[in-house]
Amino acid sequence: MSEGTMIRLEGVEKVYRTTAIETVALTAVNLAVAAGEFISVMGPSGCGKSTLLNLMGLLDAPSAGTIAVNGTPIASYRDKDVAALRNKEIGFIFQSFHLIPDLSIVDNVEIPLLYRPLSARERRERALKALDRVGLSSRVFHFPSQLSGGQQQRVAIARAIVGGPRIVLADEPTGNLDSQMGDEIMALLHGLHENEQATIVMVTHDPQRAEKTQRIVRLFDGRQVH
Amino acid sequence: MLISYLKLAVKVLLRRKLFTAVSLFGISFTLVVLTVVVAMLDHMITPMAPETRIERTLALYQIQLFGPDGRRGRTESGYALVDRYLRDLPGVERLSLVSSRREVSAYAPGGPIICTVRRTDADYWKILDFAFLEGGPFTADDVRNASLVAVISEATRRRFFGDGLASGATIDTDGRRFRVVGVVPNVSQLRPLASGDIWVPHTTEKAEDYRTNIRAGGYWGLFLAHSRADFPRIQEEMLSRLRAVPVAAETQRRFDRIAAYAETPTQTVARVYGGPLFDLRRVEGPPNLRHFFGVLGGLALLFMLLPTVNLVNLNVSRILERASEIGVRKAFGATRRTLVGQFVVENVVLTLVGGLLGLLIAQGVLAAITSSGLIPYAEFRLNWRVFLWGLAIAVFFGLLSGVYPAWRMSRLNPVEALKGGVR
Repeated sequence: MSEGTMIRLEGVEKVYRTTAIETVALTAVNLAVAAGEFISVMGPSGCGKSTLLNLMGLLDAPSAGTIAVNGTPIASYRDKDVAALRNKEIGFIFQSFHLIPDLSIVDNVEIPLLYRPLSARERRERALKALDRVGLSSRVFHFPSQLSGGQQQRVAIARAIVGGPRIVLADEPTGNLDSQMGDEIMALLHGLHENEQATIVMVTHDPQRAEKTQRIVRLFDGRQVH
Repeated sequence: MLISYLKLAVKVLLRRKLFTAVSLFGISFTLVVLTVVVAMLDHMITPMAPETRIERTLALYQIQLFGPDGRRGRTESGYALVDRYLRDLPGVERLSLVSSRREVSAYAPGGPIICTVRRTDADYWKILDFAFLEGGPFTADDVRNASLVAVISEATRRRFFGDGLASGATIDTDGRRFRVVGVVPNVSQLRPLASGDIWVPHTTEKAEDYRTNIRAGGYWGLFLAHSRADFPRIQEEMLSRLRAVPVAAETQRRFDRIAAYAETPTQTVARVYGGPLFDLRRVEGPPNLRHFFGVLGGLALLFMLLPTVNLVNLNVSRILERASEIGVRKAFGATRRTLVGQFVVENVVLTLVGGLLGLLIAQGVLAAITSSGLIPYAEFRLNWRVFLWGLAIAVFFGLLSGVYPAWRMSRLNPVEALKGGVR
């Protein structure tokens, strides 16, 4: 494996089995994402984009093949091991934001830090800093329902970057937003890529936004197409 | 992290008001019943004036009889038997004989009344620790001389003398005129050894027969041991001494052996209240406490099972609604264990609030029972022992009803959990 590879998938396959049927979501995926690369994943609905992202984010285990993060192959998908890796290395951004409605903005952003040995004060400082970076310093004690969709997605970005992960995985981050708000979010992601050298993998349906990333990976029916 | 969980718990509970109210009702109602029952048990067995030495006291209420062909019987223990065979047992510091409460008629200023009389000796006042309101106990000389003297309870003084003092005055009861020498505070009727209206020397008994006839009943033996460690030795010696009793001759050969088992207050409660549960009459020996508390604990568990199952159900649906939150937390590094911790904290907070509420209501219920006079002179209090019991039960509830759903939910695949949240 080359030194500059942040995520590598080799012969990855994902099959969902129920008693009645077997659904192949991904077949023979070989993919290397370089450190600091910003790529987008495109393809029609149901082609396995989100499955690919979930595998990269260690939210799911492949049925076959290996995945390596930052040069280390994931040997075990034991809860404790992958939880620690997700916490340290990966930040997620979801299409529907997934903020916790009962928590204030700043408490939402603090979530990844809860699972690290940090003092409450340190958590708070880092969360405020992350919110500042996405331009939401004035709303820290609001609740998610009090914010617009674009603002909620900015909170989600702050939550994704608060722990300083090297990988950010974004699943259709602008899918639920109007184009102006979508542009704001994209600007934030590009800024993150340029200023922090973050490795970003973004699933999108929008060719224009995909064009602006460094590389496009296309999927069709669970297979990579070139 | 704990503070953040607590904050979240409070918010979640406030947001789901109906769920919270239903859960709180279930928890507090169950706790009220349990704490009231525990308070009653507590009231019957803990040391309290005048039974301050109850922990090293054994009481003999009954004699067990065994005959040929498996014939069995039970009879009340009596004066002659205890006096003749069970005095000066090793390990016993003091022995008293006291009659059960017998109803007699008396002549109060307002007209005839019914009250209870107990006959006893001078040692009774040394084993029990009455704080005399007036005068003092009758003495060994009074007992020897069969003096017509009496100690009466506060309530009896009120019935005979109103608000006035009683010492030196006389009361007419059981066909005699007794001079009052002392007045003691009222004792709950649930304390069989110390409660009563009037106490007089046993030598004032009209028939002499009780002192000679070992078949006569009506008197309980009260054995004050040097320490609890002496109990087994006392019990063993008691059984060994009773082998000398000519049982066959005394019972026209209906029985050939007798045995006596002196009881701690807990054993007495088990015999009296647990008897119907598992016919103790058939069993030789003192009531099996493990058996009794096993059944009691089983009933309590069954009683708690309903609200717990209900809570588990409510919790599963409540936590399922938060599948998206579980997915998010997992995505950002929460392990199963931390998630279980979080949901258990929420549940323990809920149950502690329910517990606190339940304890407050229980306090009200106990005060109501006390003031209703349902059980004369009983004062039920929610003391710290009962409170700790209640607290322990509440936490037990919290864990029982929280761990299973939390564990189940924490096993959700994060991808599925996140999808569940999209609904």
